[in-house]
Amino acid sequence: MRELKDHANNFIKQSADLQEVQKQSSEIKQQSYRQGHRHKKRFKWGIKRRQPAYKGEEVAWRKRKGITIALAGNANVGKSVIFNELTGSNQIIGNWPGKTVELAEGKLCFEGQDINVIDLPGIYSFYTYSMEELVSREYIAYEEPDVVINVIDAAVLERNLFFTIQLLEMKVPLVICVNQMDIAKQKGIIIDTKKLEIALGVPVVATVAIRGEGLHELVEKAVDVARNKSKNKLNPMEYGAEIENRIQALTQFLESEKLNLKYPLRWVAIKLLENDPEIRKLIESKSRESVSRAYQLAEEIENIHKEPSFSVIASERYSIANRVSQGAQIQRKIKTSFAEKLDRLVTHRVLGYFVSALVIAGLLLWTFVVGDFLSGILSDIFSFFQPVDPQVSGSLVSILWNGAFGGLVAGVTLIVPFVIPFYFMLSLIENSGILTRVAFMMDSAMHKIGLHGKALIPMILGYGCNVPAIESTRILENRRERLLAAFAITFAPCSARTIVIMGLVALYVSVWWAIALYAIDILVMLIVGRIALKVVPGETSGLIMEMHSFKVPSVSVALKQTWKRTKSLIYLVFPVYIIASALIQALYALGFLTPIANLLAPITVFWLGLPVFAGVVLIFGAVRKEYTLLMLVALFGTNLAAVLSPVQFIILALVSMLFIPCLSTITILFRDFGWKATGTIALANIATAMIVGGLFYRIINPLF
Amino acid sequence: MSNYRSEDQKLSANIEEYLETIYKLSHNGDMVKTTNISKCLNIAPGSVTQMLKKLDNKGYVDYSQYKGVKLTENGLKAAKSVTRKHRLLERFLHDILKLKNSLLHDQACEMEHTLSDEAERALCQVLNHPDKCPDDCPIPACDLPFTSCEECKARKEEEVSVVGKRDENLIPIMDLKNHQKGKVSFIRGDYKVIRRLLDMGITIGAIISVIKVAPLSGPVEVSIRGSKLAIGRDIACNVFVELTGDEEGLA
Repeated sequence: MRELKDHANNFIKQSADLQEVQKQSSEIKQQSYRQGHRHKKRFKWGIKRRQPAYKGEEVAWRKRKGITIALAGNANVGKSVIFNELTGSNQIIGNWPGKTVELAEGKLCFEGQDINVIDLPGIYSFYTYSMEELVSREYIAYEEPDVVINVIDAAVLERNLFFTIQLLEMKVPLVICVNQMDIAKQKGIIIDTKKLEIALGVPVVATVAIRGEGLHELVEKAVDVARNKSKNKLNPMEYGAEIENRIQALTQFLESEKLNLKYPLRWVAIKLLENDPEIRKLIESKSRESVSRAYQLAEEIENIHKEPSFSVIASERYSIANRVSQGAQIQRKIKTSFAEKLDRLVTHRVLGYFVSALVIAGLLLWTFVVGDFLSGILSDIFSFFQPVDPQVSGSLVSILWNGAFGGLVAGVTLIVPFVIPFYFMLSLIENSGILTRVAFMMDSAMHKIGLHGKALIPMILGYGCNVPAIESTRILENRRERLLAAFAITFAPCSARTIVIMGLVALYVSVWWAIALYAIDILVMLIVGRIALKVVPGETSGLIMEMHSFKVPSVSVALKQTWKRTKSLIYLVFPVYIIASALIQALYALGFLTPIANLLAPITVFWLGLPVFAGVVLIFGAVRKEYTLLMLVALFGTNLAAVLSPVQFIILALVSMLFIPCLSTITILFRDFGWKATGTIALANIATAMIVGGLFYRIINPLF
Repeated sequence: MSNYRSEDQKLSANIEEYLETIYKLSHNGDMVKTTNISKCLNIAPGSVTQMLKKLDNKGYVDYSQYKGVKLTENGLKAAKSVTRKHRLLERFLHDILKLKNSLLHDQACEMEHTLSDEAERALCQVLNHPDKCPDDCPIPACDLPFTSCEECKARKEEEVSVVGKRDENLIPIMDLKNHQKGKVSFIRGDYKVIRRLLDMGITIGAIISVIKVAPLSGPVEVSIRGSKLAIGRDIACNVFVELTGDEEGLA
């Protein structure tokens, strides 16, 4: 009986064990996925940006441990969303093409497998006329990622497949990710991924990356392909006979030449027939006969079609893309979607401009209102603890301590409350896709300053921070345009300038004067842009820009991005704020600042009508614009109305806004355009600030 | 490159003829005797001397009495260019037009002074960049900034500024009404722009329709291969379509 009991107990225990094991195993499974998450967390800050490699740089990028997955595809198909979902990093995403200009790198642990994920810039073709295309092509050819995930937009299958075909020709281990299935469905497009898989000969996974749907399967397939290194089994897509024969003839010729190439021969043959300059140079250095042979064959194609060969091949490639996409998708008629209605409103010939203006004005007004509100609450809290007063006498330690506390309060009450609402709204705007519409509507206006509509996107981003804005000028076609745009951006009222305007003018004078300063700033931007155009003449290149569908911006994504941007600002600014504030107060108390201020007095006092100390304030403002405010607080505490008149507030804000790009902007200008251009821009800014500031002082002084 | 000689620098046929002769007669940069030039051109020595002094003034030659004449760097450049044209033309007259050998020289002499640099480049390519004239004299190399004849040819292709065929019935997409459809038939413009348009799906034969035109002479939004593109007015004026007759429904 007892035995039986024991037995039963045992049985129960065993079954419990079994359950435990089952539970464990399922936990392990869960955990392995979660571990990925945890791993993600660990690498949250591990995201690195690096300069792209150029011109056949040999495998300089170190070989990494684990599997490397590269995300490639057209612009704005959701590569960065997938990247963020996989690696847990916060690549800034935006619904406009050309946002990722450099490679981003992150890590993920998937079922015990270490994976490096590379986010490549979005491109439409491997033709090497733009930097992004060259970067992507060289990365894929030289770095040899274990697998490339080609992210394609389900709603624009045919155009995306044009690029997929080129990837197939490059014979990279490939997994196709058909993303944004939900948007396609809204447009009445149903895609049969199985048929696509058969047609292309590579695994195809349907995803809705923004909701994380299908990503697990995607990584599974990618890891599978990477492990098995299964090269594309099917022959690459065949072109029309008259072209296909010549591709094969040239491939054979290249084979007989025994060139040691990183690229597959068939791909090289096609590129040669297309007359791709980079590839031609590469081959010419190794075998001139191959190039001559290619010309001969290209000429034959041209004689048959009476068309340049590159045009013939592009048409052919598109007809393959068309065939594949037609075979795999069904287009149903649907009612006009909300997004399309919105689209019509935003690009309406009258209302469109209204909407554009509303977006920008709304962004600013929202920042004013919410910022002011938050700022009020925060300063109340702080003054509850300790009133902030400048202390210019007493022991050095107490001066330093007081200064440091003042810096902290300035940071918390004057910066944080304004940047948070600003960044949040900017993220929403960026993600909605409205920027491309604004660019479309404003194209002709932008031509007035020698740029096309796309240049408006970096300029609007300049409202956030000049540095990423100048980086994103790379979406423009040539150096001249990038330079013009960057120059205009250095006048854009970035969040730091907003802080100055808010902190000085909106708080101490009135909100309307703050708005007036914005208007003046934009006016100055246009006038100076116009002058710059005269100095750097040249032809304005035309606009070619994809118009993506509107998306309902996700609040959680916007919050994440706001946090990311705010955090990097706080990390960067707060230590400097606190230390600098303490030092400045000490220096002031010790009497070091007066000589500098006196030296600048002719400009600050006589021309601009500012108090003597403004000279020092402006010099510090050149490091970061917010320091203008910080300096004032460090010197005089938060009750600035005692030391500055309303006119002086306005003029000081105006001059510090215009007079020189901040140090980090100068750094990025230097990196992208060199010293000469940077110096010229800085000098132009100083001159503009002096002229505008002096004149404006004389105009508004009688008003007060 | 076509205007590397601007108007005021353009040489008269006479000067070119002299420079060419001096070039031909001087080997390894030796001094050339006035009498030799006179014989070669069949002109009296007195006139030759006079002309050489003129050329010296213009900086094409160094002339010293009794010793003779020598080409300066500038002179050499001009002389090479005209000699190159002369010999290329001889090749052309001989190989393609199959003229008698006795006629070649005089005909080429007539034509060489009016041949533009572009025509010279095209001629060189048509003749498969020859290096000798029919009399086996070397053809001086061109001074175009290319490292090879292949590159020269490739660049010429890159300068192609049209694809498709121009036809009178074609209209630019800028002139399409909203929702009107057309078949892309002809594109002209910068090579890079054409390349970009092709990559974005605007290939010859593709069906394109206008969604809307931005006001204030702004860009045009088109629908092509299921995607929407904004195209600047300047480019849209140079993409021509053949009307297909049907209009796209509003949905």
